[in-house]
Amino acid sequence: MKSIHPTAKSHIDSITPLVRVDQISCRFGHGAPVLDDVSLIVRAGTFTGIVGPSGSGKTTLLRVLLGLVEPHQGEIERQPGLRIGYVPQVETINWNFPVTVNETVLMASRTGRKWPWSSSAEKLAVADVLEQLGIGDLAGRHIRELSGGQQQRVFIARALYSSSDLLLMDEPTSGVDVRTRHEMLHLLSDLHHDGLSIVVTTHDLNGLAAHLPQLICLNTTVMGAGAPTDVLTPTILEKTYGAPMEVLEHAGMPLVIEGRHRPAAKWSS
Amino acid sequence: MWTTLAEPFNYGFLRHALVVCTIAGALCGLLGVFVTLRGMSYIGHGLSHAIFGGAAICATIGLNFFVGAGVWGVASGLAVGRVSRRRAISADAAIGVITTASFAFGIALLGLFSRVKQSIEATIFGSVLGVSRSDMLIILVIAVATASVVIYQYRPLLFTTFDPEVAGVSGVNIGRVDALLMLMLTFAILASMKVLGVTLIAAALVIPPTTARLLTNSFNRMLAISTTIGALSGLVGMYLSFHLDVSSGATIVLINFVVFLFAYAATARSRSHTSTPVRAMVL
Repeated sequence: MKSIHPTAKSHIDSITPLVRVDQISCRFGHGAPVLDDVSLIVRAGTFTGIVGPSGSGKTTLLRVLLGLVEPHQGEIERQPGLRIGYVPQVETINWNFPVTVNETVLMASRTGRKWPWSSSAEKLAVADVLEQLGIGDLAGRHIRELSGGQQQRVFIARALYSSSDLLLMDEPTSGVDVRTRHEMLHLLSDLHHDGLSIVVTTHDLNGLAAHLPQLICLNTTVMGAGAPTDVLTPTILEKTYGAPMEVLEHAGMPLVIEGRHRPAAKWSS
Repeated sequence: MWTTLAEPFNYGFLRHALVVCTIAGALCGLLGVFVTLRGMSYIGHGLSHAIFGGAAICATIGLNFFVGAGVWGVASGLAVGRVSRRRAISADAAIGVITTASFAFGIALLGLFSRVKQSIEATIFGSVLGVSRSDMLIILVIAVATASVVIYQYRPLLFTTFDPEVAGVSGVNIGRVDALLMLMLTFAILASMKVLGVTLIAAALVIPPTTARLLTNSFNRMLAISTTIGALSGLVGMYLSFHLDVSSGATIVLINFVVFLFAYAATARSRSHTSTPVRAMVL
């Protein structure tokens, strides 16, 4: 099979961390910190999931990695020349904007070409990326006309086309059906095996997080980090989510069960 | 009959005005795409009112319009652009304060110095009287410069309009692109103000791209269609303005509106599938 992410990066040092976040804290205005004393190392070739409840700082941490949010404390260091591709939450994209799939991918071109129209090399490269992601026949379609999974793929295509070394995705499986989630997981795994470093945030503990090589449990600060079998434990999950959770093992993988509601006495008889 | 139809071409200033209105319409149609898609319709409206203050000063003290209003307009444009990026305060309110104060200042000057009343009224509603060869050359230069910048900066302009945050982390200098757009908008308003008028220029910035958006889902086609609709409306509107003896700004905007109505009717069936709102506001 042809590599989906064929441009293996020679300019990236695979030993030095791609991004090193050291004891950062972030707050907006004078409110409580959104992130507090968070340290994290993103190495080349890794695939990391950030899990945590709503408001735990997952998206903010992603935006810190991107450079969109400056921490008020701590340090962040990115490897020189690092190219980061970002796939935002689908809810934040203006789907009514008049752009076709082709135009969306091309706008992130790093070829330095100034003309509005694309060169034959650019056309070929865009067609190739779209084809590899299984949306080659949608190039001329408006982005709103696509399904949720196809829309995610357009933005992944944009990140790949701009030769990103690190792909950051915010809630890639939010609001998609089981089949699309399954396809997305396989696509991201393929990209990872082709050498792309990936960081995703997710709410989806069983459908996505449990399948990833490594996880970070976040709730303002890091509650646990490591392989899913090490961090998806009742203790760490309760610390992260503030609610009791059971963890079973199924086919060698952790399966998280939310704490059961105890029925009220008047209904129990 | 031919004599009547060809009458506007017998007057030098009307020949100039036809060219100026066509270019002004095209210029507003082109930049209006960015204005509407960025939700900046109110900025376009406010900017023309801010520039009116500078125009009033020029008319009062006898300073060249393009020099005085140009300096005033560039300062207002950059100030408005800067204010609009600050989220701590309400950008709409701040723009309203700056631009309406400037407009009120112009009106006050109008009241104090009645001798400039006629030229100020022409500036508000648009007039083709006295459109000179130099006016034509100025708007031609501004149009060529604007088109060149839009072509040369097409990708950063599109990227920052669609997805400013990702554009920023992808190496696009958002501040520079925003400033460039505000400068182009300021110069376009300055050059178009005489024929379109302060109060109607916002419509020339908003209606052609809104019509174009109904007709296409592609950004580059929207640019082409909006520019073409703007140019044709400018030409036809100016021509009708002469025959109907109505201000040029009004006829151009009305032609724009008629084209919009046709596009709206023609796309009524498909619109439910390709819902296409542009964030437009004409005051």
